[in-house]
Amino acid sequence: MNERTPIIDAVCHLILLVGAALVCLPIYFVLVTGSLSQQEIMRVPMSWLPGTEFFANMQTVLSTANFGRLLLNSFIIAAGITIGKLSISVIAAFAVTYFRFPFRMTAFWLIFMSLMLPIEVRIVPTYESAANVALPLNILGSWLGVQALVDLDWNLVNTYSGLILPLIASATATFLFRQFFLTVPDELCEAARIDGASPWQFFRLILLPLSRSNIVALAIILFLMGWNQYLWPLLLTTDPAMANAVIGLKKLMPRGDSLPTWHLLMNAAFLTMLPPTLVILILQRWFVKGLVDSGK
Amino acid sequence: MPARNSTAALPVAAGGGVLRLRWPFRRLLLKGGGDGQAESGLKRAHFRDWRLPFWLLAPQLFILLLFFFIPSIRALIQAFQLTDPFGATTQWVGFQNFERLFRSSVYWSSAQVTLIFTIAQNVLTLSLALLLAFASNHILRGRGVYRTVLLLPYAIAPAIAGIMLAFLFNPRVGPVAHMLQELGLDWDPNRNSWHALSLIVMASSWKHICYNYIFLVAALLSVPQSILESAYLDGAGPIQRFLRISLPMITPTLFFLIVINFVYGLFETFAIVDATTLGGPAGATSILVYKVYQDGFVTLDLGSSAAQSVVLMALALFLTFAQFRFVERRVNYSV
Repeated sequence: MNERTPIIDAVCHLILLVGAALVCLPIYFVLVTGSLSQQEIMRVPMSWLPGTEFFANMQTVLSTANFGRLLLNSFIIAAGITIGKLSISVIAAFAVTYFRFPFRMTAFWLIFMSLMLPIEVRIVPTYESAANVALPLNILGSWLGVQALVDLDWNLVNTYSGLILPLIASATATFLFRQFFLTVPDELCEAARIDGASPWQFFRLILLPLSRSNIVALAIILFLMGWNQYLWPLLLTTDPAMANAVIGLKKLMPRGDSLPTWHLLMNAAFLTMLPPTLVILILQRWFVKGLVDSGK
Repeated sequence: MPARNSTAALPVAAGGGVLRLRWPFRRLLLKGGGDGQAESGLKRAHFRDWRLPFWLLAPQLFILLLFFFIPSIRALIQAFQLTDPFGATTQWVGFQNFERLFRSSVYWSSAQVTLIFTIAQNVLTLSLALLLAFASNHILRGRGVYRTVLLLPYAIAPAIAGIMLAFLFNPRVGPVAHMLQELGLDWDPNRNSWHALSLIVMASSWKHICYNYIFLVAALLSVPQSILESAYLDGAGPIQRFLRISLPMITPTLFFLIVINFVYGLFETFAIVDATTLGGPAGATSILVYKVYQDGFVTLDLGSSAAQSVVLMALALFLTFAQFRFVERRVNYSV
């Protein structure tokens, strides 16, 4: 189509520029505020240009607020969720699409049901489960009257496994892989079987390499999700050194009559959003594919 | 009929993935997985081993059991129990928790706040995303740059989105708040409940517009070029083509996004509220998820918190069904 619509073109660019500005403005102010000193922040109106204190503030944030540790925790949690969820999902999807076995549909149903309830609606009992993973055994023990079982205690509060495991308990990734496996030509599997490959060899040498682009796309989404976790770390960490960076920000938020240290908060916010932002900027194309494909 | 073709035929179909995700649901739900459909979703070429799949499924099922099924069932049980704050005694009380909940005016005001919040957030997010999607679909140059910038909020945690806007709108130091004050508005989200509510609406929309935008751009790309061209030959301008052709053809995506926005507003905005307003002032931003947390972990009223969880579970289930229902009717599965 050779259509000339200069006015509409201009309006469209204007809309997009305003949209981009609205996205960038808060991010820009994070950068500006994070580079000002305490006095400069309190000045009215505040400066619209960056100051000189960025690295000094960063040092304060990393040392006094222990932010280095918190960023490391965020990384461990995000990486744990990504690797954990991808690996349990891809093998589960392989099992339900490529094997005929008893209770296949039951297993499928059980996995499917986990798509329906987000963790936010069952926080108290999920917390209890994580606070003592042996709880179901204890309950069973008290029913059966077995005293030895009633006192079992396996506490995941303030541990990385407690921060990671409950968050990989949902099956979105399994369904994405299952869907992808269904589109893989049957001939590949037949050929592999004729060549005498075991299921495991077929999985490792054929299926996994074929799924690479799905795995990358999903890994990006899961990493962002894991890095930005809030509710679960808030509940499960009583030790400030085990929290993640986003929770650390909440603690830096000036409230009430405390000294309004917005410059430190914004500096820390910048450090916290830098890694996921870089991930999106660098891996943008993969990310969009993964997002639209997985619907999550 | 055209809508059907459009979604089935595309490479990056609008919500195509979502549909693909849903189809087993339909089959299982409507046909119960029986009557010869038992092998649905099984590859024609498959293995007959039963020990290996057991081990392949074990990790996922084990984690689901511990952190999904047991907690969900316990939430259901707890909703009918009364436990003292220290967990020493537990008593079966039937529907008492629910009666207490539905009689509590605080709960109803929280429900009202949630309704206003989710609707406002949905309208704002979807309309702005639609505007941006139309604009970036129309222009030829600079698409990639705009798209990259507009994607950025997806990377940023909801809590950070809340904190950033709370700063910009902070009555003492915030630059935007100063502008509002110069315009004569006595802006203060710490005291005025409408200001606080608009703050969390803005923060959650800022964070979520990009998500809507991506799906709408993908949906608009999927509208067949031939139809748009024939409309162009008939003399329809860009805006007319958008309103008369593109928009009706992407309604499945629009419905899907409306449902998704409700899910997001109901469940994923906890961090925004907790990091900025803490539910205040005077409960003005205490949305339902926030109240579950407050009653369960702050005031330790476990029975009420569990009853609220059950209400939210029902909402979540309803939205899941709605999501697949809306999309379902308009799509043909090519699987």
